[in-house]
Amino acid sequence: MKAAVITFPGSNCDRDLAVAFAHAGFDVLRVWHKDTALPAGVDVVGVPGGFSFGDYLRCGAIAAQSPIASAVRQHAGKGGYVLGICNGFQVITEMGLLPGALMRNAGLKFICKSVDLIVASAASPFTSAYGQGQRIALPIAHHDGNYTIDAEGLARLQAEDRIALRYAANPNGSMGDIAGVLSENRRVLGMMPHPERAVDVAIGSTDGAGVFASILGEMALA
Amino acid sequence: MKARVTVMLKAGVLDVQGEAVRHALGSLGFAGVNGVRQGKVIELDLAETDAAKARAAVTAMCDKLLANVVIESYQIEFV
Repeated sequence: MKAAVITFPGSNCDRDLAVAFAHAGFDVLRVWHKDTALPAGVDVVGVPGGFSFGDYLRCGAIAAQSPIASAVRQHAGKGGYVLGICNGFQVITEMGLLPGALMRNAGLKFICKSVDLIVASAASPFTSAYGQGQRIALPIAHHDGNYTIDAEGLARLQAEDRIALRYAANPNGSMGDIAGVLSENRRVLGMMPHPERAVDVAIGSTDGAGVFASILGEMALA
Repeated sequence: MKARVTVMLKAGVLDVQGEAVRHALGSLGFAGVNGVRQGKVIELDLAETDAAKARAAVTAMCDKLLANVVIESYQIEFV
């Protein structure tokens, strides 16, 4: 199984994400934002956290227009898997792969801490290794994680069971306590918490490993 | 030709930064500020000299990059 991890200028979780994929058993290929195509045979694209293009204009806005973006859109359009974490969630939302937008945290502060999450839908390729309703703890580290969507869009996400993760105690003002949201075909997940920072007992937690194990398990079935 | 684009959060989208500014003004003693909305102004220096073409081009720029139309609205003026 092949995972591609994209690096933008200002990405800072790209290596961690590559290590997390490798740790789970993926062959990992690193892709530069100026590349115009993904390597052949890529199953899942990881869009990492960080501060792509210095968060200029809006978080993720410039990265979403970079040369690799159209290849990522095509990959998603063909039913390929895409995992966007933190700034990666902002990037793929700006790309239009997910509805809504990520705004400044309601408390206006950058928040860097471990938070409790509830697996609101285990029926996804990214969360199937967890139990429905399972409580896990993952680190968050963001200034703009306040997920915002219109009432109709929120109702649709709920009706279609597309809220993969919710905060147990909302840290940033996100509508519906949303921490992670799925695309219509469930093959794109954007999430603000960092599972790649919780895949090794040596760094304190393995609660995030299930995300990568889920994707691998999904592909083994496919 | 120069264009000035004003990008604001849409009405109904909570502007947490504007609210923080409103509170700060209140604590400085500026009474009666009922609301603050914060946005951004982007100035473009364009090679285009035809007004209609320039407006079409800047509109495309706004829709594609300068504004996130999910949460923001924009106004274009030529100066």
